[in-house]
Amino acid sequence: MAETALTTTGESSARVAGWRGIAADWSSDQRAFKNVSWGKAMMWIFLLSDTFIFSCFLLSYMTARMSTTVPWPDTSEVFALDLGGKHIPMILIAIMTFVLISSSGTMAMAVNFGYRRDRVKTAALMLATAAFGATFVSMQGFEWTKLIMEGVRPWGNPWGAAQFGSCFFLITGFHGTHVSIGVIFLIAIARKVLRGDFDVEKRGFFTSRKGHYEIVEITGLYWHFVDLVWVFIFAFFYLW
Amino acid sequence: MANVAVHAEGPQPSLQAHAYDPATAAATHAKGQQHPIKLYLVVWGWLFVLSTCSFLVDYFGLQGNLRWSLIVLFMVLKAGLIVAVFMHMAWERLALAYAILVPPVLVLVFVTIMVLESDYTLLTRLLFFAST
Repeated sequence: MAETALTTTGESSARVAGWRGIAADWSSDQRAFKNVSWGKAMMWIFLLSDTFIFSCFLLSYMTARMSTTVPWPDTSEVFALDLGGKHIPMILIAIMTFVLISSSGTMAMAVNFGYRRDRVKTAALMLATAAFGATFVSMQGFEWTKLIMEGVRPWGNPWGAAQFGSCFFLITGFHGTHVSIGVIFLIAIARKVLRGDFDVEKRGFFTSRKGHYEIVEITGLYWHFVDLVWVFIFAFFYLW
Repeated sequence: MANVAVHAEGPQPSLQAHAYDPATAAATHAKGQQHPIKLYLVVWGWLFVLSTCSFLVDYFGLQGNLRWSLIVLFMVLKAGLIVAVFMHMAWERLALAYAILVPPVLVLVFVTIMVLESDYTLLTRLLFFAST
């Protein structure tokens, strides 16, 4: 049976460079994204909408912080830890950043091995990514517990502007939720890779479309986006 | 099978062009985003270096414009590397890249509006609530 919806990219037509090429693609019949499958295009569009959600969170944080007359808590001190008798500012957040970057690295390689149809390596790297993600979420759980014990609440905290708590819980909580969903997504796809679903193009139980290794790349897009959002949270919320 | 059926029905260029072709699909998959592993390792290394740099900005307690410009510089470089290499945007067709990358830039307009608004709010608070 011929599938009407394109699940793969097919051959790409020759492109004209620059704006002329964009205009030609967008004004052509039926498909604007010539060599991109619908799955990848839809993931990118979802990520674009998610970008706006996180932008709004960071903007409301900026507005709260700029307009308050009470000094903002010193994040460098708030997130400091005593490790081995030494007082190191921001160390937990730094470790979390490295963990998340490492997970992005393993994910990128998983995509690569997926396209080479190396089942075991792809699944192993995806599970490693999931493990890094789970580590990140647990560290965030530790951080939340520590701050709540110290008296941080969405309506106030011992060190300064009351909005600090609400911004912190909203932004890191939403990001942590994204990481948790990503971990579940990764484990689900890794299981399919390991089972060989994409070698035999087995149909998915929900969409009943044929499975392809491209789903590894699409999962990767989501995962890298989670890392990308953390880059901005790290810069604006923790370091600023 | 699908191709045979389509061919048997005679010349239907539009149908043929959009019919799913496993052979082409396999070829595309073999080609699709193949880059040497070394590239990813190099980017990974750079992300570590840039993260360490932004951590050190805080560790050494740099303040003022120097702090902010360094933080933003490292942030933009990291974001650029992730989007361009890890998410393969550097190799995507321009029609997709522009459709995804241009809209977030408009957030800067929103930033400008909210900066003006929060300055005004702060001013009002200082004028009317400062001494109470």
